[in-house]
Amino acid sequence: MAKGKTPQGAISIKNVTKIYDPEGVHVVAMQDCSFDIAAREFAIIVGPSGCGKTTLLNAIAGFDGITSGEIFLDGELISSHQKQIKPNVDRMVVFQSGALFPWKTVMENVIYGPIVQGTMKKTEALARGRQMLNQVGLAGIEDKYPEELSSGIQRRVEILRALINEPRVVMLDEPFRGLDAVAKTVMHEFLVGVYCTSPRTMFFITHDLDEAIFLGDKVVIMTTRPARVKKIVTVDMPWPREHHIKTSKLYLDLKGEVLEAVHEEAKKAFQAGERELA
Amino acid sequence: MANRLKTALLNPQFYRAMTGIVLFLVLWQLLTGVLDLPRFKLLPNPISVIKEWFSFEPLSGRSLFTQEYYLDIAYSVVRVLIAFSLATVLGVGLGLIMGWNRIFYEFTFPIVEILRPMPPLSWIPLAVLVLPGVEVAVVYVTFIAGFFATVLNTLLGVYSIDKKYFLAARCLGSKPRHIFRNVVVPGALPFIFTGLQISMGVSWMSLVAGEIISGQRGLGYAIYEGYSMFQYNQVVCYMFTLGILGFISSAGIRAVGRKLMAWEASRRGA
Amino acid sequence: MGENGKGGLDTLPESVSSQHRPVAKMGYLQLKLFKRVFNLRTARGFLSVLIFLALWQLVVYVKVPYLQYLPYPRQVAASGMTAVASWQYWADWGLSLERIFVGFIAAQIIGIPLGLAMGISKVFKGFSFPLFEILRPIPPIAWIPLAILFWPTRELSIYFLVFIGAFFIIVINVLQGVSNISVSLKWAASSLGAKPKDIFWRILLPGSLPSIITGMTVGMGVTWNVLIAAEMIAGQGGLGRATWEAYTNGNIPLIVVGMVSIGLAGYLSSTLVRWFGEKAMPWNREV
Repeated sequence: MAKGKTPQGAISIKNVTKIYDPEGVHVVAMQDCSFDIAAREFAIIVGPSGCGKTTLLNAIAGFDGITSGEIFLDGELISSHQKQIKPNVDRMVVFQSGALFPWKTVMENVIYGPIVQGTMKKTEALARGRQMLNQVGLAGIEDKYPEELSSGIQRRVEILRALINEPRVVMLDEPFRGLDAVAKTVMHEFLVGVYCTSPRTMFFITHDLDEAIFLGDKVVIMTTRPARVKKIVTVDMPWPREHHIKTSKLYLDLKGEVLEAVHEEAKKAFQAGERELA
Repeated sequence: MANRLKTALLNPQFYRAMTGIVLFLVLWQLLTGVLDLPRFKLLPNPISVIKEWFSFEPLSGRSLFTQEYYLDIAYSVVRVLIAFSLATVLGVGLGLIMGWNRIFYEFTFPIVEILRPMPPLSWIPLAVLVLPGVEVAVVYVTFIAGFFATVLNTLLGVYSIDKKYFLAARCLGSKPRHIFRNVVVPGALPFIFTGLQISMGVSWMSLVAGEIISGQRGLGYAIYEGYSMFQYNQVVCYMFTLGILGFISSAGIRAVGRKLMAWEASRRGA
Repeated sequence: MGENGKGGLDTLPESVSSQHRPVAKMGYLQLKLFKRVFNLRTARGFLSVLIFLALWQLVVYVKVPYLQYLPYPRQVAASGMTAVASWQYWADWGLSLERIFVGFIAAQIIGIPLGLAMGISKVFKGFSFPLFEILRPIPPIAWIPLAILFWPTRELSIYFLVFIGAFFIIVINVLQGVSNISVSLKWAASSLGAKPKDIFWRILLPGSLPSIITGMTVGMGVTWNVLIAAEMIAGQGGLGRATWEAYTNGNIPLIVVGMVSIGLAGYLSSTLVRWFGEKAMPWNREV
């Protein structure tokens, strides 16, 4: 990676098209999708299911390629039809169904990245890991296995596992899906906390519109398949976000805007689905 | 220890188990010793079997108190251990590489699939003729049995690993050797241990057959010898001995598995 | 997976893919892909078989210490041709297959209900399972002398041995199947007004079907092992016996023919069981 400016994590998505199985079923998941995420911005992606949100995540992370278009990270081309940068620590992913290694303890999971890359010695990594766990009130669970802990704790540990590597971009694919409302508020507080401590670009996929507006700097609303950017709603509220903003007028206005756009697309998706089955 | 014994004794389950076994023994005795049933009376009855097993001067020369008995056990156990260890090391190794590297898999899988359905015991004639010495042939046949079971289960184990773990590991900056050590091996471990238990079972089975057919010392041979010398009590004693040994070896593997896979315990809610 | 960096063509959108993707599973959308890759894969497969045969030829020719006593592939092929042309060969096939199926089916008929009973009734299991677990580790081969003593004919004792081989396996698998059926499924059925009889036939049986089929598949493999040993030791006719006789006659190419035939027969029977399994469980393509 060229080291002109200090890497900030600015993402630029230009005219990205993705076709699955081009010679077979030919599913056009995404067509001409373009938008930008500024460095250290907290971007939320919402949209109907199957509309290509995960496609984008896969492309940015390096798991999968795109059919045409380009994706840039800090001016550097990371994805196009010919080129596909392999996954690495710059672009960390937190998975929907939780990908903490079940056979490793919490601490072993958290320090996995630095150890494997050799960026930290074991003692250093352990200290840093412990510090991070303490900072968010999760001390004492170091030697437990993930399955022994609640989902809420597992998600937080997984996020810490990502953050310890100081990535430029953190991508989260519906990380809090399935958690009850109370647990979610704890998660949001946690995420706001770590984001404010050391801001980095967030690419956060969700279906929960409250979550989207509460956490985001901007909300990117996608259309149904073939996916494109329908609308971008900027959330101009101060950080650190606190729960009382959820009843402010600005919040409710923004929510109304987002809700309307999403609802429109959801209806289209249903109708398309019904047509498919008919 | 005393506590565990106490809870065991208070558990109705324990008494049911005992009742079942006792009923079985009573039935056995009835059919073979008491009633004058046509074919059944040819079979040894439990009382004489137990008498023989525990006797100081067994008719067959083999009981819990004779050296012969333990010698037979030793022969068989050593053979199984050698064959099983080889099968495990080679089987897990091959299975892991096949699961890990697609190209290697495509080259080796057809051959494995052709050789695998051949019952291990069908190798005996060939092995005896080709390999140096009957002992090697018997161990080889036992090895083959466990080997294929291990390879297959290891392969299944690798494939059972959810793809997301591979993706997460790559994100975190793992090189292929890290992924192998930190994802593939631990992820496949549960299946591997299931495979090892199966492997142990079939190893014993092949060993006994090998011993009978090739006529070397050991438990299988002793069973057949007992039969040909009309020492039917000996036959049954050795059958039960085999059963006990088989059980101990499987339990041993399960115990090792539990130790290595400590995380599974928490999943089971221990 | 592994060193293949690219996710590539086998990463499909959320709605049509699943997280788990073992190599052998073929969904509709991947069938087309598989056909494209098929050529390269089968090519490699053929190549590996060829290399195997070539190595075999080489090893014998160069007189590698013990392997030099193996017959050349050509000799085995020649022996095989003669065998296939003879009536005796097919009679042996028939005999072995018949023994397998009689013993195997007997094991299913007795084993499946027994396993179900143990799975349903804790009390019954309490009585029978410990006894069962004591008898299970005894290798089927060890039963040979008793079987010969007890049964009036050789054929019956061979059926019995095959039965023993498959019996313990099917019971264990059925037990596992029954215990896997979640309690909530049964509760749901109850609250929908199902009687115990319904729960048995509509929930328990179909739910434990996958395990039953697994038990049958594994059992089939084991029974061949047992049959071959039984035929070698005590049988008349059948593929195992024929292989043994080839051995006593020192006819090594024929031994190999025997081995391959046995393997083939075993493979065919397993395939049959698997096919049966797929028919019995149309909702579960991955058996």
